[in-house]
Amino acid sequence: MALTLKDLINKQIPLNGGHRMCGGCPVPVIVKQVLMSTDHPKIIGNATGCLEVATTIYPYTAWNHPWIHNAFENVAATVSGIEAAHNALSRIGEVPEHNKDAKFIAFAGDGGTYDIGLQSLSGALERGHNMLYVCYDNEGYMNTGIQRSSATPIGANTTTTPIGSESYGKTQSRKDLLSIVAAHHIPYAASTSPHNWMDAMKKSKKAIETQGPTFLLYFAPCIPGWKIPSDVWKKLSETAVKTCFWPLIEFEDGKWSLTGESKLIAEGKMPKIPVEEFLKSQGRFKHLFTDKNKHVIEIIQKDVDKSWNYYKGLAGY
Amino acid sequence: MTETKKGWKDLPIGGNILEAGNSQHYFTGTWRTYKPITDLDKCINCLQCWMFCPDNSIVIKDGKMDGQDYDHCKGCGVCAAICPVKAIDMIKEEK
Ligand SMILES: Cc1ncc(C[n+]2csc(CCOP(=O)(O)OP(=O)(O)O)c2C)c(N)n1
Ligand code: SF4
Ligand code: SF4
Repeated sequence: MALTLKDLINKQIPLNGGHRMCGGCPVPVIVKQVLMSTDHPKIIGNATGCLEVATTIYPYTAWNHPWIHNAFENVAATVSGIEAAHNALSRIGEVPEHNKDAKFIAFAGDGGTYDIGLQSLSGALERGHNMLYVCYDNEGYMNTGIQRSSATPIGANTTTTPIGSESYGKTQSRKDLLSIVAAHHIPYAASTSPHNWMDAMKKSKKAIETQGPTFLLYFAPCIPGWKIPSDVWKKLSETAVKTCFWPLIEFEDGKWSLTGESKLIAEGKMPKIPVEEFLKSQGRFKHLFTDKNKHVIEIIQKDVDKSWNYYKGLAGY
Repeated sequence: MTETKKGWKDLPIGGNILEAGNSQHYFTGTWRTYKPITDLDKCINCLQCWMFCPDNSIVIKDGKMDGQDYDHCKGCGVCAAICPVKAIDMIKEEK
């Protein structure tokens, strides 16, 4: 199946309108890109978080796929259990023909993945289930009111890293989840961003069609959490990639590579722009643009460069 | 919007929701402060707005962009911001 908008518009949408995600939230777009990348029947699990809460406010659901929510910390275990049950039922001939080729997909936020769900994810990857785990990374616990997570970047103002006379926001760097996941030697893992829908959908398709556990780390700007207007996330995601704050990376059969704009930057065909361009339009970093805090922007730039150079090196540049 | 809520005796066992995607019956269009208005003469039918609308509110008719679904459109402005030919304007909603 070719991924063209002309074909995609004729297909069943996975998530209907009428859900209660914030106006302008990119997460429903992420769900659409992942689930529309192939035609397989799909069974979805959702960790607690914005996507789970706001798409299933009783007595409504926005989902057009079988969908389950269990708890905050265990979506990987839940979905891996469904996959195991599907296999057991298949062996005794209890799975109807049209569902034989079903795919199992978990969605979770960064809190539910980097932090509380990490051991559940690690277990599922190690056991080798045939499933895709998608982390939409909005860099904080947003559903409960913008607390920091281990995915929150340096300098961000959150309710648990509040700014003040003695604080410029979070002091620690983001956890490098992609490398942690890749260390399980799974067949496929990648980072992507919804603004580059072709990159995102190609990776989603590969991740769904690959046998074994696969993983996608998706950039997901948050309107109230990042204090941004509702119509800017596409541009902002593009800037995140062009500053190398959010490189587009692929890990396939043990080999690392860069894709999309990140590949062009690594090859010197596109300029790498200063991280300031990414920070300046977001309310969560507003306090950094003062005399007192501007040294933090240098700290963030160093942090971004260190991670970018590391992945560039892995990809052989 | 007004809705009548079912009592526990009328709810499906386990509180299950029996209709997939029934959020369609819930109208988030009431959230809007600004309303997207499309000039279909300007539209080049690139379908970018369909891809990037978070609320599935770009109407497609005969394979072409045909304005917005105002029952569900939240007025976020994403479609207007990303349209390459500026075919969509955001205007203040009249209540
Ligand atoms: C064990 C447990 N602890 C705390 C909570 C409360 N809780 C619900 S959602 C949430 C935050 C989710 O954050 P994240 O996974 O980043 O997803 P997001 O809300 O950003 O989409 C928390 C702390 C819970 N449901 N379960
Ligand atoms: S983005 Fe603009 S030009 Fe493209 S289909 Fe939508 S309205 Fe038409
Ligand atoms: S304003 Fe937002 S919700 Fe409404 S059609 Fe445009 S992108 Fe969709």
